[in-house]
Amino acid sequence: MVDDHLLSIVLIAPAAFAVVLLPIPRRWRKVHRVLTIIASSLMFAFSLRLWTAFDADEPGFQLAERLPWIPQLGISYHIAVDGISILLVLLTTLLLPVVVLAAWRLNIEHIKSLHISLLLLTTGMIGTFVAVDLFLFYVVWEITLIPMYFIIGVWGGPRRIYAAVKFFIFTMVGSVLMLVAVLYLAWFHHLQTGAWSYDYTELLTTAPLLPVTGGLLAPGLLVFAAFGLAFAIKVPVFPFHTWLPDAHVEAPTTGSVILAGVLLKMGAYGFLRFNRGLLPAAWEACVPLLTALAVVGIIYGALVAMVQADVKKLVAYSSVSHMGFVMLGLAAGGQAATQGAILQMVNHGLSTGGLFLLVGMLYQRRHTRMIADFGGLAHEMPVFTGVFLIVTLSSIGLPGLNGFVGEFLILAGSWSRAPVAVALAGLGIILGAVYMLWTVQRVFWGPLANEANRLLPDLTVRELFVMLPLLVLIVWIGVHPGTFLSPTEAAVRLLLGR
Amino acid sequence: MLDALWLIPALCLAGACANLVLGTLRAPKAIVAVVGVGSVGAATAVAWATLWAYAGQPLAVVVRPYFTWISAGDITVNASLQLDPLSAVMTAFVTVVGLLIHVYSVGYMHGEGNAAFARYFAYLNLFMFAMLLLVLGSNLAVLFIGWEGVGLCSYLLIGYYYRQLWCAQAGMKAFIVNRIGDLGFLLAIFATLAAFGSLEFETVFPAAAADPASFGPEATVIALLLFVGAVGKSAQIPLYVWLPDAMAGPTPVSALIHAATMVTAGVYMVVRANVLFRLSPTAMLTVAVVGGVTAIFAATIGLVQNDIKKVLAYSTVSQLGYMFLATGVGAWVAAIFHVVTHAFFKACLFLGSGSVIHACGGEQDMRRMGGLRIHMPTTYWTFLAATLSIAGIPIFAGFFSKDEILTRTWAAGASDLNGFGDAYRVLWALAVAAALLTAFYMFRALFTTFHGSFRGPEEVAHHLHESPRSMTLPLVLLGVLSVVGGFVGLPGQLLHLEGLNLIERFLKPVVIPLAEVGGHAAEAAHGAHGIGLATEWLLVLVSVGAAAAGVLLARRFYLGAGAFLLPRRLAERLPLLHRMLLNKYWVDELYALLVIRPLRAAAGFCWRVVDELAIDTLLVNGTAFGVELGADLARYTTTGNIRNYALMVLAAAVGIAALLW
Amino acid sequence: MTAELVPIPFTWVLALSAVLFAIGTLGVMLRRNAIAIFLSLEVMLNSANLAFAAFAYRFGAVHVAAAAALDGQIFIFFVIAVAAAEATVGLALFIALYRLRETIDVDRFNILRW
Repeated sequence: MVDDHLLSIVLIAPAAFAVVLLPIPRRWRKVHRVLTIIASSLMFAFSLRLWTAFDADEPGFQLAERLPWIPQLGISYHIAVDGISILLVLLTTLLLPVVVLAAWRLNIEHIKSLHISLLLLTTGMIGTFVAVDLFLFYVVWEITLIPMYFIIGVWGGPRRIYAAVKFFIFTMVGSVLMLVAVLYLAWFHHLQTGAWSYDYTELLTTAPLLPVTGGLLAPGLLVFAAFGLAFAIKVPVFPFHTWLPDAHVEAPTTGSVILAGVLLKMGAYGFLRFNRGLLPAAWEACVPLLTALAVVGIIYGALVAMVQADVKKLVAYSSVSHMGFVMLGLAAGGQAATQGAILQMVNHGLSTGGLFLLVGMLYQRRHTRMIADFGGLAHEMPVFTGVFLIVTLSSIGLPGLNGFVGEFLILAGSWSRAPVAVALAGLGIILGAVYMLWTVQRVFWGPLANEANRLLPDLTVRELFVMLPLLVLIVWIGVHPGTFLSPTEAAVRLLLGR
Repeated sequence: MLDALWLIPALCLAGACANLVLGTLRAPKAIVAVVGVGSVGAATAVAWATLWAYAGQPLAVVVRPYFTWISAGDITVNASLQLDPLSAVMTAFVTVVGLLIHVYSVGYMHGEGNAAFARYFAYLNLFMFAMLLLVLGSNLAVLFIGWEGVGLCSYLLIGYYYRQLWCAQAGMKAFIVNRIGDLGFLLAIFATLAAFGSLEFETVFPAAAADPASFGPEATVIALLLFVGAVGKSAQIPLYVWLPDAMAGPTPVSALIHAATMVTAGVYMVVRANVLFRLSPTAMLTVAVVGGVTAIFAATIGLVQNDIKKVLAYSTVSQLGYMFLATGVGAWVAAIFHVVTHAFFKACLFLGSGSVIHACGGEQDMRRMGGLRIHMPTTYWTFLAATLSIAGIPIFAGFFSKDEILTRTWAAGASDLNGFGDAYRVLWALAVAAALLTAFYMFRALFTTFHGSFRGPEEVAHHLHESPRSMTLPLVLLGVLSVVGGFVGLPGQLLHLEGLNLIERFLKPVVIPLAEVGGHAAEAAHGAHGIGLATEWLLVLVSVGAAAAGVLLARRFYLGAGAFLLPRRLAERLPLLHRMLLNKYWVDELYALLVIRPLRAAAGFCWRVVDELAIDTLLVNGTAFGVELGADLARYTTTGNIRNYALMVLAAAVGIAALLW
Repeated sequence: MTAELVPIPFTWVLALSAVLFAIGTLGVMLRRNAIAIFLSLEVMLNSANLAFAAFAYRFGAVHVAAAAALDGQIFIFFVIAVAAAEATVGLALFIALYRLRETIDVDRFNILRW
């Protein structure tokens, strides 16, 4: 019984638990915290069952569940996972308890509503990765928007309203066009087969038939562009990235971690699943553009990150750079590069998520994120410095840690197709070392620059537990990436082979 | 015993992890020292036992794959180690020198706090792990893990005194400059993967050697990219700038990482990939030119430096130049031979300077030293042995390796190697000049430090003392090695005893013969020097003469009654040259001007102009403003007068009716 | 001569409806008194009713189906019902407005301007 509806349970559980939280008075903050951390840990533990039930050799969708929803229009509740999405689902469920624990000491009034927002967001994010029906996909895609809007807008920094609205409108612009494209695909399916369908597996037979020749207004290219815009904004691809620094800087740590850890992946995932999967011909036509944008994003994000004064903004721009690598891997499109891109999505979630968590801890102690306010922290907080250094090294791709494996596969896989792009992307690696180490230098090394930083408490046990899962995975993926590469192998082969 | 190969690096890694934990527990230094030295000692024991077993067998290549590291699509990278003559030689001296420096460090770092002491040994052990991985890796990817690992440790150890900002900055500089080289290495890995479908040495190099014609173009690209990596790690022009700054680290670190082992990784890598380089005359010439020019360039800077460690640092850059010159003329074995002897004498010199700095209470300026030979005899004698060795005085280790390099360079010029004979002849002249300068600046350092009378402050003079046993013991051992270390590579051919050159015989299998292309060999014959015996003896005389001239010149300048007068007069006579050398040709300033400032300007432009102005202000907020403006205009239709609304409704109805008509 | 019962031509009725509608419209546009506007509105509604009735009478006979013949008349009842509801709400509003401002001149109620 449980195994039959494994995926549905994983998907619905957070939202269901949010409903459970509703009647508990919001003044009982301790109760909320304890309940949520227990529940979210259980959800993660349960989602590991997905991992064991998952058959890595089976390329297609697995653990599928399908119920008619609006049968007249061919809309169904169809969810399933394959090798591409399972890692992202697990990343989502892993980050949930992490951020709940990270927000433990957060002294805010509405911890209850924060938890409820987080839980609803989790359902939305998991839904995005497991939805097979495009209509359902659109619905859950939009669902993620609302809790995130509140997380930024309610618990954010001084410019939170601006950031939240910007985030909302940016994403909305893309997703509305995506809705048009989804409807168009269903209509085209109707045209071809006489039956309405929003089902990915069925659209796979008709969507590739969309003509891509005949100028820029060919239907195939337009649908591609509509999907692409939505995903490009989410990733974000240069020049649609300017919502990201604002959203990250204003969002609370919780929001930043989820945003960087999972929400950005929705964009890259969408590119792979829909743009690449449904519209291979249009994809081929757009590869040069995607490659160029990816490379520009890598270098541009790194350059801008270099001159930031606010650590969080710096990490936000570094996300633009790192997601550029993911896009490069997807654009290159080989087996290795694509697998590398998927792994890099996970890596980015771990390392950038980790950096945001650490910056949040620093902010909680000093109520500032300006690099200039720090300096010489290593002596006061040695363990914190060590952890920050490891995450930094993971982020700049030191071999033996996770970041390297992803970058290696992406770049090695792209080399034969676009050596120039790889070389330019390599400049991004150098710049990555520059801005991250320069930050470490200015925050941790040197003499204690600011008396206010004297005797800052080091990493607490709770904070260590927040970081521990990330650190373990950072090393694990770095040393033995096979665990996380093998599930994607067959699915990617199937997707690229179409 | 060969199955314990993985144990060699693993023991060091275990030591590093243990010391990290001990550091957080603030364990007493004795425990840390036992763990730190013990782990490397155990690794050394296992390494030598392994090498003993290996040397007893016919010298095959032993590859031990442990697990698949990365596998996706057609890319497969194994985590595997390999033992062959080259990695055997490297492992042998890395473990020994590493162990000695660990022992030395126990004494040298004695004054640190418990946590800092443990941190130091954790980093040092981690370095040994990475370095051993580097030399034992059986493919370019594992080599690269070690490569980046030693870079990380170098970063951490240069910035060991992180509370001093300039130390941390030097560490960062080292890491970033190395990263530039690493990018070249990484691209070389991709190119290798694309051309050969594998990264394993035992797959790639034989394949390339078997088909020189078809892999020619790729080999040029790969070799040049690899060399970019080597230039970064081994501090050659134009990426040498990090190494002098790296002297900010503790002196044993300078000895181990920035003299004996890590910086020679580039040479090791080039020798390892010798097949690819030999396929590409362009790459060979590039390597030789960069090496030769670096050798003389760094030597000139070394002439005027006053910081004893800076002199040694530029000397290291210069010696590394020699090694690359050797690889560039196809003297692969000579390059490795010089790596080994250099490791002995340069480690000895650095440790000696550390001993001196220790005695002078942290003073590094040679102008405030002098006459130390009376106070620290052991340090003096070992320093002298190492100095004679680096200067290339016969019998001492450096003489044999350096002479081999000079001879082979001459031979390359004489035999018109790859048609670039003139270039090689010029390089030979440069190398001889550099040999003279080397002898000069090294004896300058020796004389100003140990001879004459003490010029430092009074209170320091009272505390001058010989270093503790744990420091002098490694010094003596390394001093002995600086004397006798060269005997493994005796130039037997001079005496018609070819078998005398043990290292040449041992390393011979590393240089795989290339298949012939169109009836003639794809490269000039190697092994035989191709020049007459008389010429060879003449070359020996030239190099010894250059060294002797340098020594005598230094003696005239810095010893006796007129010491320091002559150089001062010279500096006054040639102020521009002196300032140029003292300021290291303003290369750092040049980089700041040409690289760092444009980069920051570009970054600022991207942020302020592109991001904030063009995208955010004009496009994003511009759209919002446009919408707002339109709404502002449109709202004036809302008159509030109900009869106007009625009129609009009517007009709309009529309009629609008209439209439908 | 017998006065033959000639049916009023269909177009006449429509014309009357149009005239009534125009009068009502002008009333809505030009009058300022809310009650007068309201009365004009009623005239407009009833002009529509007249048109409904006329169409039902004219085309109901052609279309054989009896149910179809009744469509127009049914709509008239809807309109009357709506008009009645409107009167209730509207008059209540006017009284509320009058209490507020002591006038029901619609030009005086423009606070929702811009």
